[in-house]
Amino acid sequence: MLRIRRDLVDAMVAHARRDHPDEACGVIAGPEGSDRAERFIPMLNAARSPTFYEFDSIDLLKLYREMDANDEVPVVIYHSHTATEAYPSRTDVSYASEPEAHYVLVSTRDPEADELRSFRIVDGEITEEPVDVVPEYDSAAQSLPE
Amino acid sequence: MAVTVSIPTILRTHTGGEKTVEASGTTLAEVIDNLDANHGGIKGRLVKEGTLHRFVNIYVNDEDVRFSGGLDAAVSDGDNVTILPAVAGG
Repeated sequence: MLRIRRDLVDAMVAHARRDHPDEACGVIAGPEGSDRAERFIPMLNAARSPTFYEFDSIDLLKLYREMDANDEVPVVIYHSHTATEAYPSRTDVSYASEPEAHYVLVSTRDPEADELRSFRIVDGEITEEPVDVVPEYDSAAQSLPE
Repeated sequence: MAVTVSIPTILRTHTGGEKTVEASGTTLAEVIDNLDANHGGIKGRLVKEGTLHRFVNIYVNDEDVRFSGGLDAAVSDGDNVTILPAVAGG
């Protein structure tokens, strides 16, 4: 399950809408071992394509050095699909290299309806997981209806 | 030339879980061969048909080796080699 703050969900969707018709992409970092997405990091899609995304290789190096210095890991790796459903493509699966990350897909195919889904991709296998949107990460927080 | 190699999560099965390991070589190709000698199987995850795998980024210090010779990139004593899988998809 992905438990995630509402403002982070809104930030991913806003980024996807802003970059449409190109795919948007980014990371939400969190403390190693916490499984808590905290720090929203939108990334440049170096491919600038409606059907492909890639982090620029130097951006990637800076990102991982920064996370390492902060004892963070990429808890969420997100990107958008601009004409298809919010489900990992074969390409997404072949590139997925962070077995502990939640892979979040946002679809911007419908200008009216937001689609956001989360998946684990491990050893080439996709497993969808529920997304529990919360106002804060306090344990007393109630889930918001999605 | 002795270098420190940073290993990404997905390749740590080859290094017994270690995040950084030592290796030696004067080119990236030699460093990778040396890594493979000590951590069997890792070369196959990095090199495909004589060139660096498309899905893997390798840096010597701050430079992406794609721009400094690929497998022929020079490596000096004390350098840091960082391996990061590309973050990409469609």
